[in-house]
Amino acid sequence: MTPQLTTVLAAETGGINGVALTVLIVLFLLVTVAGFMASRFKRAESLESLDEWGLGGRSFGTWITWFLLGGDLYTAYTFVAVPAAMFATGAVAGFFAVPYTIILYPIIFIFMARLWSVSHRHGYVTTADFVRGRYDDRTLSLAVAVTGFVATMPYIALQLVGIQAVLEVAGLGGGDNIVAKDAPLFIAFALLAAYTYSSGLRAPAVIAFVKDILIYLVIIVAIIYLPGQVGGWEAIFGAAEDKMNANNEAAVEAGLNPTSSFVPGSGAFWAYATLALGSAMALFMYPHSITASLSSNSRNTVRRNAAILPAYSFVLGLLALLGWVAIAAGTQPIGLDGEANAQLVIPQLFEDMFPAWFAGVAFAAIAIGALVPAAIMSIAAANTFSRNIYKEWLKKDATPAQEAKVSKLMSLLVKAFALVFVLTLDKQNAINFQLLGGIWMMQTFPVIVFSLFTRWFHRYALLVGWAAGMVYGTIEAYQVVNPVTGKHFGGSLALIPGMEKMGYIAVTAFVINVVLAVVLTAILNALKVSNGKDETIPFDYFADADDPRVQKDLAEHSTHDEAYGDPDDIPGNAPAR
Amino acid sequence: MRKMALAGVLLVIPVVVLLWVPHYAKVEPKLFGFPFFFWYQFLWVFICSALTWTAYKLTLSARGKTTHKVGEDR
Repeated sequence: MTPQLTTVLAAETGGINGVALTVLIVLFLLVTVAGFMASRFKRAESLESLDEWGLGGRSFGTWITWFLLGGDLYTAYTFVAVPAAMFATGAVAGFFAVPYTIILYPIIFIFMARLWSVSHRHGYVTTADFVRGRYDDRTLSLAVAVTGFVATMPYIALQLVGIQAVLEVAGLGGGDNIVAKDAPLFIAFALLAAYTYSSGLRAPAVIAFVKDILIYLVIIVAIIYLPGQVGGWEAIFGAAEDKMNANNEAAVEAGLNPTSSFVPGSGAFWAYATLALGSAMALFMYPHSITASLSSNSRNTVRRNAAILPAYSFVLGLLALLGWVAIAAGTQPIGLDGEANAQLVIPQLFEDMFPAWFAGVAFAAIAIGALVPAAIMSIAAANTFSRNIYKEWLKKDATPAQEAKVSKLMSLLVKAFALVFVLTLDKQNAINFQLLGGIWMMQTFPVIVFSLFTRWFHRYALLVGWAAGMVYGTIEAYQVVNPVTGKHFGGSLALIPGMEKMGYIAVTAFVINVVLAVVLTAILNALKVSNGKDETIPFDYFADADDPRVQKDLAEHSTHDEAYGDPDDIPGNAPAR
Repeated sequence: MRKMALAGVLLVIPVVVLLWVPHYAKVEPKLFGFPFFFWYQFLWVFICSALTWTAYKLTLSARGKTTHKVGEDR
């Protein structure tokens, strides 16, 4: 493409799209009102505890949980980045999201019900709470908490990148005036922060309804209407295959590895499989996934959701293919700075192919889609901070009301940090840190999931395994250099040692993590080193909300302010701390 | 216990199938213009959902809802 043509296109797409923008603003205001009203939803006497503010009173049934988890896991960034990856480099980088979000559900089916039950019995709000109760080990608990907290930050920042992409295509955010440039994003986030602060987890639960209905509507309309406009699916796949082949030829000519793919070739099988597996195992280690799961009202709600959440995976697959529809449609995702930016491909496709008002609906779907996960993530990160750092290390005698207060303030701080992150640093940094975050989260899988099933693993062995996985994963990811920009943290694939195949770094680090944990556990157990005190009993992992003994415990629990432990009549249960 | 084992098997099936990439990373046979690679994975969204639902029903019938007696740990 000649530079001149680029300028023309940028000028054409750069103007403010008034109708689309109006629709976007109206829908945005609608959910803002809904967010503030949400505090009345399934109303509690007081929001001044983490159970109420941070977990919605653990009261959400199957459908609310479905919307909430769907709104939480399938983020705006996913909706922007997955088709962008399909558009830019094809199936390995983009379509792995489909097997990832399929195998995700059998995996969480197996362990999430146990986590729900033990958390219900002991009032755990975070996974680090569980680890603390299982081993009575503050260090291991802190390791889990810090990993979750740090990995969530760039994820929140990426939600802003999603909103920015929409605003940019709608024509906002141009110009050199820094105030005018970032004001829309700033306002959107200030509103989000305000209603999250006042309504807690109930806000995203209510907004998730609007978000998901819009997303389903937009994608179904697009997938039915667009293929006919660009010559049908044969033409779409043909155009994609041509582009990927051309990409690879150009890469080989430039002396680089061919990284584009139409259908994964034999060299990419391991990459595709490990990306899917690693991402699936890491996703439910993130604090925001746990928060949404624990807010459900029964262990069976979680399991029913494992069977019905794949509806979102289907939509995600369709959305991924829209990246290729854009190839066939000849979409040119060019930013306001005149540079090509694949992240803009989906908003640009909608602006090019649909009437302005429908493009506005699509923009709103993405922008509102960013608010739900951003709210849940900030709540989850804040809960982790107040429970596992503030109460555990800074102020041991904090009351539930003080915990909730710290959480609320922290949720504001976390969002402010994300905003600064996006406004001052290169967007690519947020993306890189998020990739790194996935690698980190997977390293907490043994500590959390293995411990749900067995106490054979030794707490120190788990800690060393975690540390080794973190260090290895970070170093390997640092060494991935982007061939175009020459910068570090250029991706999440590296050669698997001893196999000479590319694979997801998180999985390699996980294997090192587990091997170390097993070997050291064998040694430490043989040496009879103390493995801490377990406050849980086997019954805890099966308890359901309507169990009569659980009801009795809950009644008792409500009479004291202890965060952990309940004095009850179940033999073997640890006394209140 | 047999029902729980069966539920476990149902849950492992989609994981194994989808991680075994070589058997579906191909273009033919096409369906409505979709290469095999794509429609096959879409198909597994539904199969996996059905398997998970079946596993859920199995775990319910295996344990009943609140069958635990006081002092019984499992």
